Amino acid sequence: MTSRRGLLFGTLAAIHALILFAGFFAPYDPAEQARVIPYAPPSRVHFVDVEGRFHWRPFVYAWTPDPAAYDRYLEDPTSRFPLQLFVRGAEYSVVPGIVTNVHLFGVAGPARVALLGTDGYGRDVLSRLLHGGRLSLIAGLLATVCSLIAAALIGTLAGFSGGTVDQILMRTADLFMAIPWLYLLFAVRAALPLQMDARDTFLLLVVVLGVIGWARPARLIRGIVLSARERTYVLAARGFGAPRRYLLRRHVLPQTAGAMLTQAALLVPHYVLAEVTLSFLGLGVGEPVPSWGNMLGALQQYHVLTSYWWMFAPAVALIVVTFGYHLLTSYVHERMRVVAI
Amino acid sequence: MGYITRRLAYSLFTLLTVSILSFSFLELAPGEFVDDMRVDPTVAPETIEELRRQYGLTESLPVRYFRWLRGAAGGDFGYSFAYHTPVSSLIWDRARNTLLLTVPALAIGWLIALPIGIWTASRPGGWTDRASDAGTSALLTVPDVLLALLLLLLALRTGWFPTGGMTSPGAADLNLFGRAKDVAAHAFLPLMALVVSTLPLILRHVRASLIEALEAPAIQAARGHGIPRVRLLYRYALPMASNPLLSLAGLSIASLLSASFLIEVVMSWPGLGPLLLDAIMARDLYLIVAASLFSTLFLVFGNLAADLALFAVDPRIRPGQGARA
Repeated sequence: MTSRRGLLFGTLAAIHALILFAGFFAPYDPAEQARVIPYAPPSRVHFVDVEGRFHWRPFVYAWTPDPAAYDRYLEDPTSRFPLQLFVRGAEYSVVPGIVTNVHLFGVAGPARVALLGTDGYGRDVLSRLLHGGRLSLIAGLLATVCSLIAAALIGTLAGFSGGTVDQILMRTADLFMAIPWLYLLFAVRAALPLQMDARDTFLLLVVVLGVIGWARPARLIRGIVLSARERTYVLAARGFGAPRRYLLRRHVLPQTAGAMLTQAALLVPHYVLAEVTLSFLGLGVGEPVPSWGNMLGALQQYHVLTSYWWMFAPAVALIVVTFGYHLLTSYVHERMRVVAI
Repeated sequence: MGYITRRLAYSLFTLLTVSILSFSFLELAPGEFVDDMRVDPTVAPETIEELRRQYGLTESLPVRYFRWLRGAAGGDFGYSFAYHTPVSSLIWDRARNTLLLTVPALAIGWLIALPIGIWTASRPGGWTDRASDAGTSALLTVPDVLLALLLLLLALRTGWFPTGGMTSPGAADLNLFGRAKDVAAHAFLPLMALVVSTLPLILRHVRASLIEALEAPAIQAARGHGIPRVRLLYRYALPMASNPLLSLAGLSIASLLSASFLIEVVMSWPGLGPLLLDAIMARDLYLIVAASLFSTLFLVFGNLAADLALFAVDPRIRPGQGARA
């Protein structure tokens, strides 16, 4: 069990590190175009050249358009382009303020290394995948924080005060839970301007996602607060004259920690998916900023869908992240139940 | 009767709230339908003002809302700016098409989930149970978008199914049977996507409720009395599990509608989904309100039906009101 737990946490941590330091792991700027090689397949990494000689350092050949067939490519064997570590390339910021241009790997121009192929503008799909993941994942994480803060405030208020306040808040929560979440997402999205710059869109996405998901965790937390309030030791503390703030902080809120963690692990993939859905339909982040959603959106064109399998890369990444969080949810759930007993 | 009346009142309240919410959300939205004309130098500003007055955009929100509400009660949902027709003439066909997908999908989903759920719940830990658990876990991680895309890819690659739309060109010339066959062929893939996307949740829930029922003391006692397993399962456990199952049937409609929205858009099925998406893009106010309202209507109807079925099936709900009276 321990090794499986280690594997789960290790994989999740690795994915998050890859995505958070997208600038370093991605060989190119996500918006950098190479119009001469649209929809080029993934670069083949070679050890043996065309003459059969072995090289210790892996290398790639440049793609050149196949003169015989439209949108096919041939490797140009005239010159080798060895893969290099820590190359200098496009500038990016690790954290806002610190700008650098060192990338984990790359090749010297004019060839390009695209381990996951290129899209319709010749942009590197791997670089876009990592940068896009950064947007989708951070939006999901921030929205989860938003939702849980709202849920904790509303749930605690409802559970602790009871009566009419409780009734009104929980009826509202019921209402939010009754509306199909996608329609709710669209209703909120419809209220916002269609074209915005990427940063505004991103912030609005976070808020919109946060708004749609508060109801379920709020109900849960209210239930826990309600039962915690009636525990005998809480009643005793109240009898000794403990102020509300102390009761909440010391006795009531710690009880909700397990539910909050489980809900967090549950909400993150949900929100990542919601962001992907919005951007997929063209209502989220727009070009040239990549997100998993607008990358998948390219697949709505039939010729892209049928011809270029590497364009499915964001879907695979999405499944991996979703699955990781599913495992995390069941792990946290399991763990918290043990602690509670 | 108290339960049913209260339930109906709450449904009506939900619909009203949704309409108010969507109206006020849209009021907050910057931008109107006429904005595109403003930048067009060939359209005079007076024309735009005239249009705004015709569409009723110059009046205050409550006035507009109540006028709309009065119309909506009589089946008139306002006027679509983009299509230049009353919204009601657009929405009925689209709503019907969405129902054409969701109702069969719900039925098929339950028809598949019930037998598998019963089978796996009666043999927990067996290889069928583990296989179905692995299958549902895998399906749960596949996003609806991808599911629709993959099925579309299958259709395009093999050419077995028609892609896009609901009818073939020239379908209007066919007789009734031919038209039905044509629509069924077009509906097959979206339907399949919808079933696959909703099945795992239903299946898991069926299994969980049945297992819970089987572990209940009453069933344990019945087992102790030597009642055979099959009779135990169908005569005692299944009715016990019907309460959570019916509640889920109502709740699953929400996720079904969300999934249907996406699948309709990806597979170009002319349902409410693409209509709403286009309406949002065009800022077509009344169409947005009507499309969201219709989807809520389906949902409310579904929940209402589930609750009424619950009322009919579960005697534990009925004495509740008798005790209060």
